[in-house]
Amino acid sequence: MATRALEPGDSLDGFVVERVLHAGAMARIYVVRFANGAPDPGFPMAMKVPRMGPDDGPETIVGFETEHRLLPLLSGPHVPRFVAGGDLALAPYLVMELLPGRTYQAMLDETPRLPLDHAVTLGVALARACHSLHRQDVVHQDLKPANVMWRDGGIAVLLDFGLSHHAGLPDLLAEQTRQPIGTHAYMAPEQVLGIRGDSRSDLFAIGVMLFEMLTGELPFGDPRTAGGLRQRLWMDPVPPRRLRDEVPEWLQEVVLRLLEPQAEHRYPSAKHLAFDLENPDQVAVTARGRRLHGTPWHRKVRRWLRAAGLQYEPSTMPSRQIDEVPIVMVAVPNRDASDGTLYSLRQASARSLGIRPGARLACVTVAPADAADDSDTQRRLLEQLRRWAEPLALNQHQVSFHVLGSADVAGAIVRYAKRNAVSIIVMGAATHGLKLQPIVPTIPVKVAMKAPCTVMLVKEDLPVLTGADPDED
Amino acid sequence: MRLAALSDIHANPAALEACLARAGELGATQLALLGDLVGYGPDPATVVERIRALEAAGAWVLRGNHDTLAAAPPAEPKTVDEAGARWTHDRLDATQRDWLAALPLQRIEPPCLLVHASADAPEAWRYVNNPLVAGESLAHAVRIEGVRYVLGGHVHLQALWYQGRGSTLMLFEPVPGKTIPVPRHRRWLATVGSVGQPRDGNPAAAFALLDTDAAQLTFHRVAYDVGATVALARRAGAPADVIRRLETAR
Repeated sequence: MATRALEPGDSLDGFVVERVLHAGAMARIYVVRFANGAPDPGFPMAMKVPRMGPDDGPETIVGFETEHRLLPLLSGPHVPRFVAGGDLALAPYLVMELLPGRTYQAMLDETPRLPLDHAVTLGVALARACHSLHRQDVVHQDLKPANVMWRDGGIAVLLDFGLSHHAGLPDLLAEQTRQPIGTHAYMAPEQVLGIRGDSRSDLFAIGVMLFEMLTGELPFGDPRTAGGLRQRLWMDPVPPRRLRDEVPEWLQEVVLRLLEPQAEHRYPSAKHLAFDLENPDQVAVTARGRRLHGTPWHRKVRRWLRAAGLQYEPSTMPSRQIDEVPIVMVAVPNRDASDGTLYSLRQASARSLGIRPGARLACVTVAPADAADDSDTQRRLLEQLRRWAEPLALNQHQVSFHVLGSADVAGAIVRYAKRNAVSIIVMGAATHGLKLQPIVPTIPVKVAMKAPCTVMLVKEDLPVLTGADPDED
Repeated sequence: MRLAALSDIHANPAALEACLARAGELGATQLALLGDLVGYGPDPATVVERIRALEAAGAWVLRGNHDTLAAAPPAEPKTVDEAGARWTHDRLDATQRDWLAALPLQRIEPPCLLVHASADAPEAWRYVNNPLVAGESLAHAVRIEGVRYVLGGHVHLQALWYQGRGSTLMLFEPVPGKTIPVPRHRRWLATVGSVGQPRDGNPAAAFALLDTDAAQLTFHRVAYDVGATVALARRAGAPADVIRRLETAR
């Protein structure tokens, strides 16, 4: 079966071609509208038709088939909306939303080294888009600047799911003899070993992209040979700060953590990455962030030896992995709070973090805007938060402290939770006025109504208090 | 056609009824019972009578190794299975045994081929639990005009074998209740799991539903009262091994 090139005015399965957008080696892309004057779905549409010769069968277009079955299952603002798909054996095509905007590649072509804040903004948007995909149990596996679109409103949209892996479906690209599948420059070490379905592979690709946006160079070049490709199993990239000295230490820390050869040394999920990119002052800078030179040769040899026997844990479902490493936000009152409440908040926070390393705790307190702007007050409140968190054994978890300035406590908490993709909000029930609830919608009730995630309302529970309930007499 | 495929019922009426009810709710238009209707389980007569009635109403029924053995057990049993077959044999009447013995080993209903074990040698009762056997079974089946799907049982596990990029078949372990697209330009082999005696540690009864028009396959698990079946098995004097397997689903 062969697919023929379509001309403007041609129709296929209820769609009319308006113009040719792109004629690539693998597929042609057309701008289309519904035939017979049917109203458009409210957005422009693109039709992708794979190139096939007369002797080609559906088995020659596995990448297209993979996208064909994934796209209808995906949702959210970070993927193009699916419209229709043609039968692969009869008329293979895919109609989806035609996205306005530019790809990251287009921006890099124009400015090979982006301004720092611009690169960080693009990184945050990308991390969020990636997180949304992972939540749907899909790993992209081919993230690169050409596959990310910057849409108005600061949203990144991921394109081309031809190599993607869905944990709930048979992987058509799987093979007994594991071959690397992906784009060499951006491919994670485990992908080089032919391992698919680990969401942290996408984080590595984001690391390569951030490195490229910051320095104008690729951390591992664009290797053409298998040996060149394997170098990333043990080789460190040149520290970005050496290539561009204005790159701050915290940002180098983030980028090099993303480029760690072993997946478990990277961020546990994309939202943890977004959190760090948005909260530079909370990034714990290690030697990795300060380094200005490459790794000494003897350490490289050690790593090379380790890489030779590299074994990877089979990956879990991306969405399950995300659930196991939550971002927990605790709203700690900064006045009028009893010891019992503070104690109970600590207990609830510790429980919510779970047992897996990698979860993170964001301790937040809300103060009136003028107080929060005052540096002395801010320092005092941060110190108060640190003291509150001290008894928690947080050796395996990251913790950060934030003073939010707002007169609207509930609004500030909800906005923070939304921006940082928080998994669960822990807050006091009584401190924030649950007893007044029948009269006015109190802060916990407002938060519970507006929050994008689970809210845990903690009641005072001093371990020493037992016996009769005063309400019962 | 929305084909509900149930296999390895193993004389467990409660599990069978739970699966039949669920298949009905899911809008199944055709039933297939892929063999091992009896053996191990406590109530072979009830299960045989129920499936004979289903057959009369249009269900496709196949014979498995345990059915073969129960219809004509060896005079001197050498294995646990053979001893169990004698136990089952004694609880069936002549009509029921004859009916079991006369069941076919496979059924071809394009686009499906139904078989208890492997399609290349149904009477050899090969276990389809590795890429080699799965590949031979599927390769044999798709030589038949119009066949794209092989549905079988025997291994008591839910699995989907499919063609990846290489020549060796790949194994996919399905998530119960999640629909899998199985387009007809590819070939697929599913082992649907066991209704009456799952062996993956989860005692919930297993079956699969193939929608041949939508080209979608969904594996299902149905919780039922395992305790009642265990109690029934104890009353019926079933071997301790059988009871342990029901309880632990191993």
